[in-house]
Amino acid sequence: MSAVAAAPLLSIRDLEVSFTTDHGTTTAVRGASFDVLPGETVAVVGESGSGKSTTAAAVLGLLAQNGRITGGSVLFDGKDLAERGGAGIARMRGKDIGMVPQDPMSNLNPVMRVGAQIVEALEDNGVARGEEARRRAVELLEEAGLPDARRRAQQYPHEFSGGMRQRALIAMGLSCRPRLLIADEPTSALDVTVQRTILDRLEALTHELGTAVLLITHDLGLAAERAQRVVVMYRGEVVEAGPAEQLLRDPQHEYTRRLLAAAPSLASRRIQLARTTGAGVAYGEDLLAPSADRDEPPAVAVQAPPIVEVQDLTKVFRLRGKGLLSRSTEITAVDGVSFAIPRGTTTAIVGESGSGKSTVARMVLDLLEPTSGTVSVDGVGTATRARDRAAEVAFRRKVQPIFQDPYSSLDPLYTIYRTVEEPLRAHGVGTAAQRRSRVLELMEAVALPVALLRRYPAELSGGQRQRVAIARAVALEPELVVCDEAVSALDVIVQSQILHLLADLQHRLGLSYLFISHDLAVVRQIADQVCVMEKGRIVEQGTVDDVFDRPQQEYTRALLDAIPGRRLDLGPRAA
Amino acid sequence: MARLVLQRLALLIPTLLGLSVLLFLWVRALPGGPATALLGERATPEAVERINRLYGFDRPLLEQYVTWLGQLLQGNFGVSTRTARPVLDEFLARFPATIELTALALLIAVGVGIPLGYVAARYQGRFLDHTTVVVSLLGVTIPVFFLAFLLKWLFAVQAGWFPSAGRQSADMVATHPTGFYVLDGLLTREWDASWDALTHLVLPALALGSIPLAIIARITRASVIEVQNADYVRTARAKGLSASRLRRRVVLRNAMLPVSTTIGLQVGLLLSGAVLTETVFAFNGIGSFLANAVFNLDYAVLQGFILFIAVVYALVNLAVDVSYGLIDPRMRAR
Repeated sequence: MSAVAAAPLLSIRDLEVSFTTDHGTTTAVRGASFDVLPGETVAVVGESGSGKSTTAAAVLGLLAQNGRITGGSVLFDGKDLAERGGAGIARMRGKDIGMVPQDPMSNLNPVMRVGAQIVEALEDNGVARGEEARRRAVELLEEAGLPDARRRAQQYPHEFSGGMRQRALIAMGLSCRPRLLIADEPTSALDVTVQRTILDRLEALTHELGTAVLLITHDLGLAAERAQRVVVMYRGEVVEAGPAEQLLRDPQHEYTRRLLAAAPSLASRRIQLARTTGAGVAYGEDLLAPSADRDEPPAVAVQAPPIVEVQDLTKVFRLRGKGLLSRSTEITAVDGVSFAIPRGTTTAIVGESGSGKSTVARMVLDLLEPTSGTVSVDGVGTATRARDRAAEVAFRRKVQPIFQDPYSSLDPLYTIYRTVEEPLRAHGVGTAAQRRSRVLELMEAVALPVALLRRYPAELSGGQRQRVAIARAVALEPELVVCDEAVSALDVIVQSQILHLLADLQHRLGLSYLFISHDLAVVRQIADQVCVMEKGRIVEQGTVDDVFDRPQQEYTRALLDAIPGRRLDLGPRAA
Repeated sequence: MARLVLQRLALLIPTLLGLSVLLFLWVRALPGGPATALLGERATPEAVERINRLYGFDRPLLEQYVTWLGQLLQGNFGVSTRTARPVLDEFLARFPATIELTALALLIAVGVGIPLGYVAARYQGRFLDHTTVVVSLLGVTIPVFFLAFLLKWLFAVQAGWFPSAGRQSADMVATHPTGFYVLDGLLTREWDASWDALTHLVLPALALGSIPLAIIARITRASVIEVQNADYVRTARAKGLSASRLRRRVVLRNAMLPVSTTIGLQVGLLLSGAVLTETVFAFNGIGSFLANAVFNLDYAVLQGFILFIAVVYALVNLAVDVSYGLIDPRMRAR
């Protein structure tokens, strides 16, 4: 960055964007203003619904059909994009302003070869044609770090992994050498290690080409690590903007402070009790009436036999062969995994996608039959449960799941009351009146207003839905709760609230958790024990402190290194 | 792909066997019998018995079935009790007519249905869209025979624009080397005969194609709307694709995936619809012959024709599934 004050490349002034729906008009962006200088990387940070992606879409003129710029201006190189109607920005897209979208899985045309999708961008923007365009497309893919680019250009998107697709999208976004690249959550759908190499590549490329980058992200750590300046958005407004370091060291706005406090990092410690923590947790007094024996730390319980014992668990999947005569191939998704969960504690399984961690969770939940090995819960093994219906019912009461996606794991046709009551009803617990009072109790425990009981899941936010899922999971007073990426889909502040809720319920109800996550920073906050999985095997296990502070395996170190914002001093809490 | 084709062809064998049993039992469950239908007022018990013995209808059911199946395997589809000609000859003589009719009907359904659905999707929620939705709803709900009568009355009887029945005008002298009348006229350079045959096809094809047209239009509309909102379309716009390329290469091609399956399924609808349409327009194809066979309880014709139609239907759908791989690369790996 040169110190000379250059004219901004992109200048957003008092931008206002509204959406017209059946329920009237909602304003998604209210009076947002910020600049991007030539060659500079600016990150826009905020939670979902903050208006950060809408701002990006407004710059590109790609708002949804019901969206409109209702005020302010978007100046690119001094020309107002908003005023020129559709035609002006349409000519600049691709050529002057490139985009790297969020989800690599859905952003490539599934019926077209990857190379051809770059060629068409080159041709339509008048950069190159025919043979030259094809040659250039291969070069661009190579430049984006795609190995074996010549052959890969001839393949279709479904033959690519997520990371490879994102590289193709980067190649596409930069294909016509735009002066501004808008990267909307370019790596949130990828594993941390892949995320890191891709961001490194993007950074090196844009630096080399002198491309300005507008980086949209929910991850403050990532923003601070990659951008020179950070813009924080909240509910459609820019609440704070400034140089990345300064913003982290000395946040001015209350929301930025909360965001910083909630951001999990490796510097965070295990959440001990809900009441000992501060930020964003405003339900301490709403909890279940504490009973004396539950308030005790589970010190005694630790010496008791573990709640879960997993012995040499293996799962082999059979894949159908491709050709006419080829045999089916076998994939060992989980390979000889053993661990135990001491009562009243949390054991986390971390790993990248495809490491087998969710397969383990499904086998512990008895939703998937192991190829070999056993899972015993409370001393009762898989084989006994298969024979004995009563043992299976008892098992189902004892073990409850919480899944990742709160949008699809609740029945959309059930009211919240019905959802929370469902397990009680299914197991024939109590009379209707007793169940009703139990549901009310549970709603209080997860800090949800009773008024929500008559609503449907579609009317709730993601965080509220996850609280409903937790209430449903603890309704039967289970002993083990299996959380499969239970907080991964949530914004950081909500995520932090849910983690505190889980920690608090554990303390009060003596729950044990099996916590599946790809996010090591989250694991550090919630888990006591951790197992690191790679390619179906546990490569390292131990206490969280041991594994995180003194990783023994190269793979564990790579995972830890890849966490964005790891080397940064994240706000007052880490200090 | 070869594996898919072989698998599906192998699957066809048990399907046809099952169908043959059902067909065999179904025709015999119809009230009356071929002998009484054939003899009419002259049906004395002796005459009926004689006919039944002649065609083997007096044998036990199982024996009749096995005999029929054995003949089928040798390519012998039996003899029509009505015309006393081999079923295969009757079928081959009329099949070209039905192919001409269903082909034109399908052409109309696809040629009008896809553009209609596409335009409706592009102007989603506006007048043109609402009109299309209503028209296609009417298309699906109006019975084929009613529409056939309506078209005939309006355009043949009242307006006199099209002939009302048959495949060729009575005074038209034409040679028919292939049996496809429109094609024959072109081959023999009898242009007027070709045109005459075509005008005979228009009304029945319109009636027959109405339901498939409506279905195809609706599927196209829904599919285009879905694809228009897909992430990759947004990304394609972001990389600066021209509007025409966006529509042709990105939206239309992806939207055609579910439509192509639908088109295959319509062939069954067309073949069964031909029975009604051909009857209304006195069009001498397999449909009207099949309708007559029902009235005459012509067992061999019913069994043979329906089996043929089933094979055609299965093969067309197999062809559609194979062609699916051409449009969608994800299917090729399977």
